Amino acid sequence: MTSRPRVGLTPSQTVGPYLSIGLTWDDGVYAADPAATGGFWLRGRLLDGAGGAVSDGLIESWQADPDGRFDSPEDPRGGRPFPGVRGYARAFTDAEGGFEIFTVKPGAVPDGADGSQAPHIDLSVFARGMLDRVITRVYFADEPAANAVDPVLRLLPTDAARATLIAARTAEGYRFDIHLQGDDETVFFALR
Amino acid sequence: MTELTLPLPHYVTPPPGAHPPLDYPGYRSTVLRHPLRTPIDLPQRLTEVTGPVLGDRKPTELDADLTRQHSGEPQGQRIIVQGRVLDSDGRPVPHTLLEVWQANAGGRYQHVWDRWDSPLDPNFSGLGRAMTDAFGRYRFITIKPGAYPWKNHLNAWRPAHIHFSLFGRAFTQRLVTQMYFPGDPLFFQDPIFNSIPDPAARQRLISRFNVDDTVPEWALAFDFDVVLRGTGATPFEGDDEPEDQA
Repeated sequence: MTSRPRVGLTPSQTVGPYLSIGLTWDDGVYAADPAATGGFWLRGRLLDGAGGAVSDGLIESWQADPDGRFDSPEDPRGGRPFPGVRGYARAFTDAEGGFEIFTVKPGAVPDGADGSQAPHIDLSVFARGMLDRVITRVYFADEPAANAVDPVLRLLPTDAARATLIAARTAEGYRFDIHLQGDDETVFFALR
Repeated sequence: MTELTLPLPHYVTPPPGAHPPLDYPGYRSTVLRHPLRTPIDLPQRLTEVTGPVLGDRKPTELDADLTRQHSGEPQGQRIIVQGRVLDSDGRPVPHTLLEVWQANAGGRYQHVWDRWDSPLDPNFSGLGRAMTDAFGRYRFITIKPGAYPWKNHLNAWRPAHIHFSLFGRAFTQRLVTQMYFPGDPLFFQDPIFNSIPDPAARQRLISRFNVDDTVPEWALAFDFDVVLRGTGATPFEGDDEPEDQA
């Protein structure tokens, strides 16, 4: 049983096409300092159901630091900053649907009695034509052992579904394309 | 490796109809942009119950006054938009960032893609930022945005609105929405407003005129509270009731 809201929730609405007016941060793409040890570019494209570029989207990221801790007072172990790591970023998509976030690999995150979660980054995706955000997760191709026992990846029905969440290694970091719809549709999550 | 049994909160599940569906054909742009597969339930674990504090992005007072960001005052009806950010347990959400953006008095956005034939206002950018105070309160000074046409259907017009973006305390609480104005005659034909299935939830996006906080000879006041998901805990300090993790 989950408790119900006592006060009615404010509904979501689309960001619309003019989101960059309100949501631009000059340093938004940097979840980590450009000089951070182990820093890399997470790059990808946001694509619609026809394989077309979503050129007016926004990707936001949130992740643990390399020790698997969060710079948030909501972390029950005690929030604390990690030098050079912000943990969050936001990136607009360009004419080709491309986005890029500079970050570091998060550490494994404890998962209570279930053990630990493989290194991962939570993403929110916003765009015109999306009445609510969608949520997905980035995992890393070079963490096969941790991914194999990750409790969230194990919730997914097939290897093909899991594969949509695994970022591939590139020369400058990792690649993670997001397919909103279609045969290659990315796995999205509901936070119920 | 230390394995912790973490006492994590669980943010309440939005009731059916509280949020719009991603698949809503009346809003044409949704057609190719909604996932076809059922989303997987993601347990709310550490990454989901934490979130950025954004203390390094503290806005200035001027950021919350959209009428004083240029050399002159913008055209239009000066208004105050104020309210509280709460969670669904009724608890204020203090020190959280709000970002707002809007069209000018003629319904035109300061954006390269906006081709609506209505003049730009050199004294209006349409961007505001504020942090809630210790009681979850915020206040913007701005002008009332105009309605504008769009191409969703024949003679489609967006009701006047202000976009709001909020983080809350946790990734799970992140919300982007739009605030509307009472008595707008355009609601009936707007698929974005009407995409919210629950009519009572829809009404929560309509601000209320506040005569008491209207400043004589200066500006009309509108109240708009934003309610983010809470943890179902009682709104008092010191309650250590373990959350249901099922």
